[in-house]
Formats: sequence, C-alpha cells, structure tokens
Amino acid sequence: MVFLRKFKNMVENNPKLFPFISILIGLVSGGVVLLISGYNPFEAYRIILWGIFGKISYFSYTIVKSTPIILTGLSVTFAFRTGLFNIGAEGQFIMGTIVAAIFGSLFQMPFYLHIPFIILLTIIITGIFGAVIGFLKANYGVHEVISSIMMNWIALYLRNYFVRLSWLAKPNSEQTKSIFDSAVITFFDNFKMSKEGILWLSGHPICKGILRAPTNAGIFIAILAVIFVYFILNKTTLGYRLKAVGFNSDSARFGGIDVNKSFVTSMFISGALAGLAGALQVMAVSHNISILSMMEGYGFDGIAVALIGGCSAVGNLWAGLFFGALKYGGTKLQPLMGAPFEIINIVMGVIVFFVAMPKIIPFIFSIFEKKGEKNVR
Amino acid sequence: MKETTIAVEMREATKMFGAFVANDKINLQVRRGEILAILGENGAGKSTLMNMLYGLYSLTSGSILVDGKKVVFASPADAIAHGIGMVHQHFMLVKPFTVIQNIILGSETTKGYGALDYKKAKEKIVALSQRYKLNIDPDATINQISVGMQQKVEILKALFRNANTLILDEPTAVLTPQEIQELGKIMKSLTAEGKSVIFISHKLKEIKELADKCTVIRKGKVIETVSVADTSIKEMARLMVGRAVLLNVDKGEKPKTQEELLKITKLCVRNEKNLLAVDHLDLTIYKGEILGLAGIDGNGQDELVKAITGLKPIESGQVEKEGKRITGDTPKEIYRSGIGHIPSDRQKHGLVLDFSVQNNMVLEIYNSKNFSHRFILQKGKIKSFAKRLIKSFDVRPTDENKLARDLSGGNQQKVILAREIDASPDLLIACQPTRGLDVGAIEYIQKSLLDHKKNGKTVFLVSLELDEVLALSDRIAVIHAGKIVGIVDAEDADRNQIGLMMSGGF
Amino acid sequence: MLDNVALILGTTFMYATPLVYSALAGVVSEKSGVINLGLEGMMVIGAFIGATCGFYFGSPFLAFVCAGIAGGLMGLLHAVACVSFSANQVISGVALNFIGPGLALFLSRIFFNGATTTPSISLTNKMPRVLSGLFPESSFFYYIFDNMYATTYIALFFVILIWYVFNKTVIGLRLIAVGEHPVAAQTVGINVVKIRYCAVTISGVLAGFGGASLSLAIVSNFRPTLVSGQGFIALAAMIFGKWKPFGALWACLLFGFAQALVIFLGQFHQLHLPMDLLSMLPYVLTIVILIYFVGKAVAPSADGIPFEKEQKI
Repeated sequence: MVFLRKFKNMVENNPKLFPFISILIGLVSGGVVLLISGYNPFEAYRIILWGIFGKISYFSYTIVKSTPIILTGLSVTFAFRTGLFNIGAEGQFIMGTIVAAIFGSLFQMPFYLHIPFIILLTIIITGIFGAVIGFLKANYGVHEVISSIMMNWIALYLRNYFVRLSWLAKPNSEQTKSIFDSAVITFFDNFKMSKEGILWLSGHPICKGILRAPTNAGIFIAILAVIFVYFILNKTTLGYRLKAVGFNSDSARFGGIDVNKSFVTSMFISGALAGLAGALQVMAVSHNISILSMMEGYGFDGIAVALIGGCSAVGNLWAGLFFGALKYGGTKLQPLMGAPFEIINIVMGVIVFFVAMPKIIPFIFSIFEKKGEKNVR
Repeated sequence: MKETTIAVEMREATKMFGAFVANDKINLQVRRGEILAILGENGAGKSTLMNMLYGLYSLTSGSILVDGKKVVFASPADAIAHGIGMVHQHFMLVKPFTVIQNIILGSETTKGYGALDYKKAKEKIVALSQRYKLNIDPDATINQISVGMQQKVEILKALFRNANTLILDEPTAVLTPQEIQELGKIMKSLTAEGKSVIFISHKLKEIKELADKCTVIRKGKVIETVSVADTSIKEMARLMVGRAVLLNVDKGEKPKTQEELLKITKLCVRNEKNLLAVDHLDLTIYKGEILGLAGIDGNGQDELVKAITGLKPIESGQVEKEGKRITGDTPKEIYRSGIGHIPSDRQKHGLVLDFSVQNNMVLEIYNSKNFSHRFILQKGKIKSFAKRLIKSFDVRPTDENKLARDLSGGNQQKVILAREIDASPDLLIACQPTRGLDVGAIEYIQKSLLDHKKNGKTVFLVSLELDEVLALSDRIAVIHAGKIVGIVDAEDADRNQIGLMMSGGF
Repeated sequence: MLDNVALILGTTFMYATPLVYSALAGVVSEKSGVINLGLEGMMVIGAFIGATCGFYFGSPFLAFVCAGIAGGLMGLLHAVACVSFSANQVISGVALNFIGPGLALFLSRIFFNGATTTPSISLTNKMPRVLSGLFPESSFFYYIFDNMYATTYIALFFVILIWYVFNKTVIGLRLIAVGEHPVAAQTVGINVVKIRYCAVTISGVLAGFGGASLSLAIVSNFRPTLVSGQGFIALAAMIFGKWKPFGALWACLLFGFAQALVIFLGQFHQLHLPMDLLSMLPYVLTIVILIYFVGKAVAPSADGIPFEKEQKI
C-alpha cells in the first residue's frame, strides 16, 4: 500500500507520466483480450518483444516501420499545436507517394540532386495540398476534419488515376514503374542484391542483419524533422504565433496575429511533413506505387502517435518508435501462436482512449485505494 | 403586513473545493415576506453559497432547513421541489429556444406519452405574467429579447415552478436605473404575497433601497447580519471590505482644450447575426480625457470597440486618428498607431491562458525588434521585460513562468493592464476593466487608468456599470441600439437621465 | 431515359442508407453536446457483428438488433470517457476508430479460422426486399423499389422518429437544451449526465445499424474494406444537414446520388471517362457544398465541451 501511495503521488504530481500509465493500461487490456480469447498474454508479449529485439534484422525492420509514422505523427502534432485536427495526414502521405513515384521514375539525375529535388517537390506539392484544408477553414469556415477526410479520398483516387496512366504504369500491372536508383535512399540497395554483396554479407552477419530490412536514410530525415518541429514550435516567432492561435485564436487575433494565415501556414507545414513520409516510403521501401483499394493507415497511425507522444516533437519520436515496434513485433504473433495481429490496433486504441481522459487516472487510483482499505479492515 | 415564520435557513453551511474553503460555517435566515440581501465582494463566496442553497453544489458540512424542516438537496430538482427558485447572474436560458420552451424546460406540460403540450403551458405563463405585470411575449426566442426581458423570463421560470423563495444573483448588474426600479416593484409584489427574496449584490445603494435585512460575507465567512434601515451605506461598505473604503475617487482635472484624437463618422458594423449592431454612429474622443461609454449590454459597444481596433470588419463609415484614416487597418497596424485595448473578456480575448505570463506580456510585440531576431524569439529579453512589468504592476505571484491560467482574476487583469499601459498608447480603450474583481484590484485598476490620463494620454472607458462610468469619466456618451444618443458632461450628469437615454427613452 | 433515372434513384437510396443511420447517430450525439468522431469504428463493429450473427442465427433482423447492441456498447464506452471523465471527445472518437476495426478483425480471425472476411450469408437470410415483385418488371418504380432492402425503410422511419422526438417531445426538448446550455438544463433539475449517456449510447446503436445495413443488405458479409470511411462521410453529412434529422437525410441522399452517378456513368465504356477521377465526385462535391451552402455557427453551442457537475458557474 505504501508503494501504491508513493506511486500515486508521483504520477498525480507529474502529468507527463500519464501517457506511460495509458500505455500500461493499453498493454494490460490487450493482455486481457488475449486471455479471454484463449491465448497466453505473457507468451504473446514475449513474442512481440522477441519480434522487435530478437534479431538485428528485426530491429532494423522496426526502425524502417517507424519512420513514416514518426513523420505523420509530427504532421498531426504540428497541426494540433495550432488548434487544427489534421485527419488528412493520410491523404498528404498518399500525395507524397505520388510525387516521389512520378519524379523518381521520370528523370534520372545524380543522386545528390535527384533526392533533394524530390524532397523539395514533395514539400511544395503536399504542403499546398495540406494548405488547402487550412485555406478552406480560414476563408469558408469548412471544418478541417471534414475537408481533410474528403481530401484523403481525393488523394487516393488521384493516386489510382496516376498508376493507370500509360506513361507511368509498368506494363500489364497495377503498379507504376520503379523509381531510378538515383532516387533510392535504401542503403546499399544494389550491392546487397548483387553476387559479391551476398557473398560479403554472408561473412559479416551483423551487417547482413542490419541490411536485411530495407534499411534507409529515412530515419535520419525523420529525426531532422523532429528537430525542425521542435525548433519552430519552441524557439521562433512563427511557433509563438501558431501556438497562440492554437491555444486561443480570439486572443491571438486580439494580439494582432493573422489567424487565417496561421491556419494556412500550419497546414502547409503539417501537409509537407506527412507528404515527406509518403515520399520517403517510396524512395526507401516500395520504390513504386500501386492501386489502393483502401487507406493504408499511415496518417491514422500518425494521429495515435501524436496523441501518445503528448503532441510534442520529441514525444513523437518515442511514440513513433513504440508504435512501429508494436506493429512490426506484432506481425510475429500470427505465425508463431495464431493470435490475430489486430490485437496491436486494439492496444493502440485503448492507449489513445486513456490518453483522451487524464481524469480517469486519479479515479483508478482511488479504486485501488478503496480495495486496499477494505483488505486492511 | 409581514409574517414572521422563517422560510429558509442555512446552518453552519460549509463548502470546500479541494483544500480551498469557499464558505466557512455560514448561518443565515430569511423570513416569509422578507427581502434579504447578501452583501460581499467579488470572490467572497456569495454565489457558492447560493448554489448550495439551490442544490447545484453539495454541502461539505452543515445543513439547510426549509420551513423548519431539514432538507438535503442532491440536485436543483430537489431545491425546486422545496419551493426555491434562482435567477443566476449569467442567465440560464437556452438562446435558440422560445420563452415558453425555456420556462417549461424540466417541468414540462405534456399530453401524456411524453409529447409536449405548449398550449397548456402558454395559458399558465400568460396568467403568471399578467399577475406580476411582467409583460413578456411567450413566443419570442431568447435571441430576440432584451436583457431586462430575459431576466423577467428567469423570474417567471421560478414562479412557474411555484417558488416561494427566490434567489437573485447580482440581478441589477446589467439593468438601467429604470429597470432596477421596475425590478424593485416586482420584488415587492412577490413579498406582498408572502414569498421571500434573497438577492446577492455588492452594490450598496441598491441594497439600501430594496432590502429589509443584509447579511455581509467576507472571505467565505458571515461578518454580520444587519437591519438595512438602521445601517448606513458607509458602515455596510466597511463591513464588506474590512476597512474604510473611499466611495468616491478623485478623477483629477478635465482637459482644458478640445483637441480631436479619434473621430468616428457614420460608422456601421454588423454583428454575428448580420444585423447592424453599430448604426451610423458618430463620436469624437478628445485628447487627454476619459470618455465613458454608458449603455446596456448588447447595444453595440462590443462591435464598436472591435471595429475601432480592427477586430471586426467595418461595413461603412470612417475612423480617423488625428486626421489619419485607420478604417480597415489590421489590428496590428492599429495597435502600432497608438491604440491600446483592454478587452471586456480577459480570458477569452486578452490572454492566452495556456501561455506563461511572460509570453502574454509580449502578445502584441513578440515579433518586434526588441524581442525577436531573424525569426528567433529572444527569450532572455522577454523574461527581463516581463520581470520589470510584474514588479511595477504588482502582479502576483511574481513568477513570469507561471501560466496565465493559474493567476487570480485580478492578477490576470493586471497582466493585461501592464502590457497595454506600458506601451503608453495615445488612446487606451478599456472595456469593463474591473468586472468581477475585488475592491483592492478595482481601486488599483481605476487608479492606473487615471494615471494614464494624468500622463497626458486618453482613455475610452466602456462599461456596463454606470457607477464606474460616472466615477471616472470627464464626459459620458450614451449608446443605444448602435447609436450615440447623447453626450453629457460628467459634472452635470444625472443618473436617471442617463438611465433613460440608455433604454432609448429620452 | 426514365429507367435510367429510376435506376440512379434506386442506387442513390442504396448508397445513402448506411450513411443515414450514421448521420442520425451523429445528430443524436452532437445535439446532446458530445462530438462523435468514433462513428466509423462503431459502424465497423456493427457491420461485423451483423454479418456474424446473420451467419450464425439466420435471422437478419435479429442480427440487425445484435449489431445495434454492439454499436451501443461502443457508444457506451465513448459516453463513459466523454461524460464521466470529461475526456477530449475528439481523441476518444479517434481511439474508438482504432478499437472498432481492431476488435472486429481480431474477432473475425478467431471466429472464422484466421479469415478477415466473414462467410457469406445465404440470399434467403439477407435483409428482405420488402417491395420486391410488387411492381411490374422494367417499370419506373420497379427500378427504384424492387431492389430496396428493408434497412432503407427502417432508416427513413428513424429519420421521422428522431425528428418527432426532437421537435415534439419532452425528451427532445431536454436533449437539445443539454447540448445548447448544459448548466441551464442542470439548474432546472435535468440530469445532464443521464441524458448525454443515453444520447451517446443511442448514437452507437444507430451507427451499429448503419454498419449492419452494409453487411446484411448491400453485401452479405463483412470484410475489412466494407465501411472504409463512411463513418466520416456520415459526419460530413450531419454537418451539411445542419445537425437536423431531415437535413442529414438530404445530405446523405445527395452523397448517395453522387455515388450512383459515378456508377451509372462508369457503365459507358465508350465514353472513356477516367473512372478514378470520376470517383472523386462525391468528395469534391461535399467540399464544394460545404463552401457554398453551409453557413457557420449552427452546431449546438455546447458541442464538444465536457460538462462537470460542480464546475464554477
């Protein structure tokens, strides 16, 4: 009981710990669901952990899986701080994939030009795509949640349209041509597939493990983006302006801040971040795009990441790695113990659910305390 | 003829919010046919007390007796069932609903099986309205009727539920002198029927005029209950604040010359409902004066101020400052031209509550050369600037990193005041600068405004409190229905005459 | 020509039906002051439970009710968070959109041997087409009504029912008051918490119906792509319909109409229409409509604001 009371005091005096409590509750809830369904939850979590850290290549995969959702999470975070809820990260991500697929496969350039060129175009095009949402809100009062959902579908169909265009499509397939090597950011992509590469790697198991996944430069770009967002939000006048609008747009307007412009600026940056995630995904992992019949969920995962990360830049990095790890580690559940992979989504949902209501945490403690008192009596 | 039985009594009523004691062992009684005033400063705990009596808050300890019987109110429904009705300071009316809908809400008349019966309700409401001479239109929506009317709807709401004891929370705050007199008549007609009235106020004059007895509360405790007829206003003020209070402020000289500072001509501004809230308004503010704007809430004050400061688009007309047109300029440009603004709602418009005090101090100037360098905020400079203002304006606590949210109302207002006055604007527009503050803070803020004038600057004081306007202004302009209906010199101003002008009868 | 019009109308109703349920779900919840962004998740659960119960029990109506109960439980979850614990309503809704599909697919894999698509319900056990065979083949009404499932009529019934409740009954008056000014409602003795709990739970039930109207009528099983964003579109329809039951109905019909038009035009291969671009029509249309035809400030005043019983007034 003494321990519980100490723990309670520690948590209640430090709201920053709330997400961790939520994560704990989420993992426990997932365990309970597994238990009810007849699986051993401890075994399941052991498998997930092994699926993340068990082999070097697994860890590599975890990083690769985390990269896009760190960026979409940042995108959602950035908009959130300006008081906007960007459900449209999904569509902006798709736009990013389109940009990279087109401009990666159309021209060939030296890689040191090609990669920055694609990234720049992505930022501009997906930024504008995101800014439209801010513009609609600023000028016509269209709620961003609604417009961004519509934009998601528009992006999805736009992608399918491009994939089917004859000059872009790989003949007789539902995919586009692959991007040129100069636009690829996967490490040693050709080398590791080549004869001498395979030979060399077989003698260097650690490198082989690392490169087994489509290990790529994306994570470094994502970390740069984290630093960029942190810097903008905390150190600049732009960050001051956007946060003021996010906290209280009336007061911001009172203080001479152009609220409408802030919406557009914020959504531009938010859109560019999500678009970057999409472009990197193509440049690093898929190397082309294919027909989508439904949303892939990168943007929606980004919402969860942003919320679990407490809408801070650095929090996003950890939350993105956490979610990425669960997602990758979770794929081992099905083959090894037959437990459905979707348990991960339930766990994430429960975590977000508890993140939504910090007030429940004192309540949970009070239940434990009452039980404790009864036991003492 | 007055009955002497006790209608409602509270014994040792205590309310705590966390560790904060809002009400500490309060005892009070009201008899049938009696008007009891509860006098206390803002924040003394009057509203909390009444919310307990009305079942909105539960008592931490102590008890309530109605007609001598102990009762426990779990919700307002219980209080209503025991004949207690309450008119809140901020009216509890659903704006898009009609008067009937608002009155019957929660005590609906039905045709059985849950279907509403408006006809039956209307008959009862019209009868009540005629009996107490309230003259309301039962089919109008709340959006369409005046504040005074809304208050009558609230009173009817209580009477519809057969209230025997009526609680009125700051009922006169938004009324004209004439409406206050009318309210007095209504109160008397209620007590004549043996009903009791408890009314909360910090306005001594009204208590003197209207109440039989007065219970004074300070910092959550009952100080004394006095018979109003036997107690002077000065004495009541002393009881309320705990020290002698200056009832009149020294407003200093009025400017000798009449030099135009701000000239507004034929200004038209639309409100949210797209109606002309400011309607061809003309007004000139002279250098070095305090010009007070008196008026009933909702007569275009808000829109006028927002139009001058660039927060609302101007439909037509002109605003000139020292001959230079500022119509249509952005808020930032207007701020830079030397117009400061203390908004009426400090939490909604004046402060970013989730920003620290220091960040709030630079809300208008965060990107000026002093505080930013190539888009990077100069946090050190902001900090020392905030420290200076905190010191010279006595903001407490003296921590520039505290969130504005965690400050008391008076200190929040001081943050805004410090920020606006430090910029030394030629014209300071102060809207309701003392609303909801305690006497100490009110005195401080009024003094600051007078100091601003002493420094040769100009103040445009917009207030719903006629007393405040009278106390501070050199000239008083009266606004009604979006027009200035008259300007009087403060020296020969007459309360009743201004009241008449405020309500449009002149 | 007239046949084509009838065909388009029939398809319009088919596409609009699930949206109508969910848009009504949004209306009921938000009128009481609770934003329901979890409609999507509730629909997915409804669709899954509907298809599963339909498969096992063989009675489409029983399955429909079960789907409603499942959606209601999701709604209850949302209510606990938003009403009892003053949760951020948007975030709670997002959470439900993870939990709903997650749980549906999880259970599907457990019930059906690892499959995320449930087995098809036999044609006889699907929702009946109430007016089937009533009109002579190839007549105008035949094209509209012959293929219309019972769920469509039930949806229309709910539109009228909710309109009646909102406008003519005590419950409706109180519910709207709670969404506009909860403290005012509380001061006249209305139990705000109870009303919000009921409204959000009923909202879940309706969204569950919406999901089931997909899996029991339009198709005959559950699959991961079945709902794909319709909960969000219903939300848009609710806003476009200005938080009114009939408004929401018209908005859903308009959206359904756009979908029907896409399908109709898609038949004409000789036109060489880029189908993918055409498919954007409903979404573009929604944005355009929101720009030009919807004014601001019609949402319930207290929508999204948690209510606390002893808050400082």
